[in-house]
Amino acid sequence: MSAATIVYVPADASAVAVGADVVAAAIHAEAARRGAPVRIVRNGSRGLLWLEPLVEADTPAGRIAYGPLTPGDVPGLFDAGFLGGGAHRLCLGPTAQIPYLKQQERLTFARVGLTDPLDLDAYRAHGGFRGLDTALDLEPAGIVERVTASGLRGRGGAAFPAGIKWKTALDAAADQKYVVCNADEGDSGTFSDRMLMEGDPYALIEGMTIAGLAVGATRGTIYLRFEYPHARRALERAIETARERGYLGENLRGTGRRFDLDLRIGAGAYICGEETSLLESLEGKRGQVRFKPPLPAISGLFGKPTVINNVITLASVPIILDRGAEYYRDFGLGRSRGTLPIQLTGNIRHGGLVEKAFGTTLRELLYDFGGGSRSGRPIRAVQVGGPLGAYLPESQFDTKIDYEAFAAIGGMLGHGGIVVFDDTVDMAAQARYAMEFCAIESCGKCTPCRIGSTRGVEVIDRLRAGEDPAKQEALLRDLCDTMIDGSLCALGGLTPYPVRSALNHFPEDFRKPAAARRRG
Amino acid sequence: MTTPAPTRANPDRSDRTDLDAAARETTLAACARLKDSPGALLPILHAIQDALSYVPGAAVPLIARELNLSRAEVHGVLSFYHYFRTEKPGRRVLRICRAEACQSVGAAALEAHAKRRLGVDYHGTTADGAITLEAVYCLGNCALGPSVMIDDSIEGRVDAQRFDEIVARARSAR
Ligand SMILES: Cc1cc2nc3c(=O)[nH]c(=O)nc-3n(C[C@H](O)[C@H](O)[C@H](O)COP(=O)(O)O)c2cc1C
Ligand code: SF4
Ligand code: FES
Repeated sequence: MSAATIVYVPADASAVAVGADVVAAAIHAEAARRGAPVRIVRNGSRGLLWLEPLVEADTPAGRIAYGPLTPGDVPGLFDAGFLGGGAHRLCLGPTAQIPYLKQQERLTFARVGLTDPLDLDAYRAHGGFRGLDTALDLEPAGIVERVTASGLRGRGGAAFPAGIKWKTALDAAADQKYVVCNADEGDSGTFSDRMLMEGDPYALIEGMTIAGLAVGATRGTIYLRFEYPHARRALERAIETARERGYLGENLRGTGRRFDLDLRIGAGAYICGEETSLLESLEGKRGQVRFKPPLPAISGLFGKPTVINNVITLASVPIILDRGAEYYRDFGLGRSRGTLPIQLTGNIRHGGLVEKAFGTTLRELLYDFGGGSRSGRPIRAVQVGGPLGAYLPESQFDTKIDYEAFAAIGGMLGHGGIVVFDDTVDMAAQARYAMEFCAIESCGKCTPCRIGSTRGVEVIDRLRAGEDPAKQEALLRDLCDTMIDGSLCALGGLTPYPVRSALNHFPEDFRKPAAARRRG
Repeated sequence: MTTPAPTRANPDRSDRTDLDAAARETTLAACARLKDSPGALLPILHAIQDALSYVPGAAVPLIARELNLSRAEVHGVLSFYHYFRTEKPGRRVLRICRAEACQSVGAAALEAHAKRRLGVDYHGTTADGAITLEAVYCLGNCALGPSVMIDDSIEGRVDAQRFDEIVARARSAR
C-alpha cells in the first residue's frame, strides 16, 4: 500500500473564518470517495491570509500550495492530481518559493504553518525546546544577559528592553515571583499573537519557561482575550501535553527545576491589555490602571515581582537562547534589533503576516507585499500601531519600520499592525471613532480620559456639522493637550494622536459638509 | 417559534436571592470549585456565564458571600467587563467587529444592515429570541474583514449577503 499523502489545511482562526474547515471536510470526503490515501494535517497558517484557505500537498518535490480554495474546487483538484503537485488554476507552486513568504525573515514565526501545532515531537524536530535546553544549563543572570544582548524590546507596544525588565525582576528578592504573558491583543489590525498561539503554542510555553528560569519565577499565567477561542483551545491542549511530557511542572526535563502555567480568559476590556490593569484583572478586580511606581517587576501580581511580556516578546526568546544573542541582534537597525511580525490589514489586497527585520519601509510593505488596496483605489491613509497610533498620509510612507523613526514622525509601531484605508475614508469619522473608542474603553480613573473623550466626540460632531469650525478646532486641540498631559496611561494619553494626525494631515475632511464628504 | 422573550434582570432586585434552583446550584458549584484559586472572581463569573449564558443579578449576593467580598465589589467587577451580561441573551450571540481594520472594508455598512435585518440595536435580542446582537472590538481577523463572531466561531469577509446566510443558519440550528 502506498503511503498516504499529507495534505495540510490550516486550522488558524482566519483560515477557518473563510472556510478552511469545510474545505478540509471536502478533501476528506473526496479522498474517501476515490479511495485516495490522504492524511489531513491541520497546520497553522503561513500568513498569506488573502490566499486562505491555502492547502498544501506534501509531494516528493516538496510542499505545493493551492488557494484560495472553496469546497467546490476540491474534485477538480483531485482530477488535476494535486496530491502529486499537479497543475491547476489555483496552484501557487512550491510554498516556500511564494515571493510573499520567501522575502520574509522568519525567526519568531519560523515554525508557524509547518506542522500540526500541537505535535510536540514535530516541535522538537523543528528546533523546539533547544532554547530551553540551553537555558537549563545557564545561571539566571546568564539567561538575562543573553536576552539583554539580543536587543529584544517588548513587542506589546511600549518597546521596553526585555532584558532590563527581567534583570529588575531577577534582582528583586521574594518568596514567589510570576511570569505573566499579555495575550490580550486588543489593537485593531493585529493578530500576530493569535497566529503564534494557534500556530506554535509550544514556542510561547518555552519562552515563558525560560523567563521563569531567568528571574526565579515558578508560576506563569497567560491572560488571553475571550475573542480568541481557537487560541484558547490550542493553548489548553499544549499546556497539558507539555506537562505530560515534562516540559512544564515540578521537574523540568528531569533537572528538578519547577515551572508551571495556567490560562486566564479576559472579558472584553481593551484596557486590560495595559499591564497594571491586566494584573488587577488577574487578581479578580475591575481592570483599573495602577499608579507606577512600583514597577510590576518589583511589585506586580499579588504584590510579587512579576515579569509581564507580550506573546511575541516571549516567543522570540527561545530562538535567542538557541541561536545566540548576536544572531538575533544582527537583524534590524539602530536600536530596533531583530525582526517584527508585521500585520497587513484592512483595505489591502494581500493581507497577512510579514515577519521582517526592522528597516523595511512602510511603502514596501504596502505595495510590494500588500499589493496596494483591496478595493483597487488609491491608499489614502494608514494607521500603524493600533487604535492609539497616528494616521499617516502618503507623504510618510517612506518611513522605516523602526521604533525611533516612527516616534520621530509622531507615530508608533506598537504591536506592528498596519491598517489600510483607501480614498473613500472619511478621516473626520476616524477621528471621531478614536474618541468614541476611548470613551467606551476608559477605565474611568482619570477625568481627561473618561470625560474628555466623550467631549471629544461632541466637539468633532459640531466641527463636522460646520458649527463655528475655527472655534471647535481650537477646542479639540485644547482637549487633546489636556488628555495628553492629564492621563495616567496611554489610552487617554495617546488617543489624541490619531485625532490630531487626522486633523493635521486631512483637514479638508473636517471642513466639508457631510453630504459632499462621500467620495464614492 | 414559541420561545419566550428574554427575561430582564432588574438590578434593584440583585440583593434578593430569587435564583431558580438550577442557577443557584450552578453558582454555588462554580464558587466551590474555583474560590481557592487566586483572583477567583473572574473565572467564577466566566464559569457561571458559560453554564447559564449570563450571570443573573440575583447570583451576586451569593457569589459575594462565598468569596467573602461585598456585593458592591462583585457588582463592580461584573459591570466593568463588556463581556459579562446580567440579562439572558438569545439562543445565539452575534458580535460584529466595529474596529478600524473592519471599518476600512465596510463594517459600518454591515452594522447598519445587521441592525435593520435583525430589528434590534446593540445588546438587543430579536423578537423570536434567536439572536442577541453585540459589538466587539477586533477579532484578530483584520486581514479578512468585515468580521463577525457567532457564539464561538468567527466569520470573515462578511458582506450583507453572507450576513443573512449566517443569521439564517443560526436561526435554524437549535
Ligand atoms: C491601553 C493599553 C493597551 C495595551 N494593550 C496591550 C495588549 O493588548 N497586548 C500587549 O502585549 N500589550 C499591551 N499594552 C502594553 C502593556 O502595557 C505592556 O507594555 C506590555 O504588556 C509589556 O510587554 P512587552 O514589554 O513584552 O511589550 C497596552 C498598553 C496600553 C496603555
Ligand atoms: S488614561 Fe484612561 S484608561 Fe488610562 S488610567 Fe486614566 S482613565 Fe484609565
Ligand atoms: S478589526 Fe475587525 S477583526 Fe480586527
